[in-house]
Amino acid sequence: MIQLLRIELYKIFKRPRTYISFAIVTAISFIIQLAMISDGKSFIAFALQGVSEQFDIHGNVLNGYLIAYIILQSLLMQIPLLVALVAGDSLAGEAGMGTLRLLLSKPVSRMQLVLVKFMGSFIYTLLLIIWLAIIALFLSLLLFGQGDMINLKSDAFILLLKDDIMWRYAAAFAFAMLAMTTIASMSILLSAFADNSIGPIMTTMGIVVVLTILSNLELPLFSLVKPYLFTTHMIGWKGFFDDPVPYAAIGKSAFVLVAYTLIFLTATILYFNRKDIKS
Amino acid sequence: MEIILEAVGLTKSFKKHKAVDDLSFAIKRGEVYGFLGQNGAGKSTTIRMLVGLIIPDKGKVFINGTEFINGRRHLLKNIGAIIERPDMYGYLSGWDNLKMMAALSNKNIKQQRIHEVLEIVGLKGREKDRVSAYSQGMKQRMGIAIAMIHNPDLLILDEPTNGLDPQGISDMRALILSLSRDHGKTILISSHLLYEIEQVATSMLIIHKGKKLSDGRVSDLLHPDDTLTEVAIAPNEAIKASLAASAWSAYLQPANDNALLFKMNPSLIPSLNKWLVAQGAEVRSIASKHSFESYFLNITNDTAVKNRTL
Repeated sequence: MIQLLRIELYKIFKRPRTYISFAIVTAISFIIQLAMISDGKSFIAFALQGVSEQFDIHGNVLNGYLIAYIILQSLLMQIPLLVALVAGDSLAGEAGMGTLRLLLSKPVSRMQLVLVKFMGSFIYTLLLIIWLAIIALFLSLLLFGQGDMINLKSDAFILLLKDDIMWRYAAAFAFAMLAMTTIASMSILLSAFADNSIGPIMTTMGIVVVLTILSNLELPLFSLVKPYLFTTHMIGWKGFFDDPVPYAAIGKSAFVLVAYTLIFLTATILYFNRKDIKS
Repeated sequence: MEIILEAVGLTKSFKKHKAVDDLSFAIKRGEVYGFLGQNGAGKSTTIRMLVGLIIPDKGKVFINGTEFINGRRHLLKNIGAIIERPDMYGYLSGWDNLKMMAALSNKNIKQQRIHEVLEIVGLKGREKDRVSAYSQGMKQRMGIAIAMIHNPDLLILDEPTNGLDPQGISDMRALILSLSRDHGKTILISSHLLYEIEQVATSMLIIHKGKKLSDGRVSDLLHPDDTLTEVAIAPNEAIKASLAASAWSAYLQPANDNALLFKMNPSLIPSLNKWLVAQGAEVRSIASKHSFESYFLNITNDTAVKNRTL
């Protein structure tokens, strides 16, 4: 199994396509950081115009923590699509290349193969999130310095002291990792059904976009299903920037995401074990 | 001789189409077993069932007496296969592909073995190139290298000459014969190219529309008396009339105007030639058609199939 995983990782990281995601994350982060360097002060002034009359705000508001938060808000909707690039390709890409029959005519069980594809996608996602942390958080801290972080919500103004922030980012990244693992497992399931990778990648993107819209629509019609959509829970990481932190809600979201991941993974194994490999 | 692979009653349908229908056969150790059938006859589906890629609706596969489904992972250690095309990871080198497949075989394969296999398939010196830069012939060779990297007893080669030029086909034939004679491999080779199978196989199985038509040793199946001999002569009606009245008429088959076609043992060709010349015929060429081809065409003819399906 470890040998199989090593081979899987070797294949993933030998392929140029893998690095597109890292390049996109880097590009978006750089664009936001550049924009903030050139026009950050007016952005902050605009963002705080509603509260500046009631509060006297001093210090480095435009700091690395705030920039990282802005980048995360912008990126964490796009990252599922980047995860799908690798996870959606995992089984369908092998089928498309014809290498699935090569792999399965070796002494490798189908369940092992699915698990290794899942672990490979997990590790890729983990590295992508770590890269995001480096580029979005640490580079922003380097460029903009530290400071207390203002979290402006529609109904609240939250001030987080600079010594109380780093652990929140660590927890938020860990939660984001969980959410992206759910996306990866769904993508692998879709990948098991297909014989080329375009289908599962596009379908993953479609599902994420549609369900995210449903999760965000404030209509009574959808309020019944919203708690059960994984996209509703994917934004649970934001809870770590509330004060107090809503641990119960975050825990519930984490539970839903884990449940979805297990369901997707089990469904993939059950389906793939019976699939005729005709490609 | 010991049976290395046995298929019993293999049956597989895709929706309403029955791709393989109650197919049984056995391959003995050391044989080169030709698996023949027209395109769409069910060869690839059968081969995929043999290695567990397709799950049969009915029937069983035994490898060395063990039912495949009960010992898949263990049994696959002793099987090397190219299924349909020798697809590999094009963005990796031949060496990387071989190394990965060696690692997947669950045997402790040393680098020396990789060098050895590259030598056997004639790819030494090209192993560091990306597979995407290989010619079709090189890919087929690399496919065989991957199939045999873990030194299996049984090689399953599905259409190994597909897409090869004449030189490539000849090289592949030599390689298959060498694997059988020099390395003691049992080989199942499928093809729709009769001539290829005829050149290498010791036994064969012919299927048509998923059903077995015939199997056995090539020497038993192909009777020399069924060989077709085509004689091209200058147009001469008198010769045709003499032929019809002679003992040679027993061998005569329908043919076009400028040729005479005989179904007979090739040992009779010199006598026939002498007789034709004595009758004043201007013999332009004499060619023996492969008895294999006539056997195959005869057996896969639909009318014949109705009467001969086993």
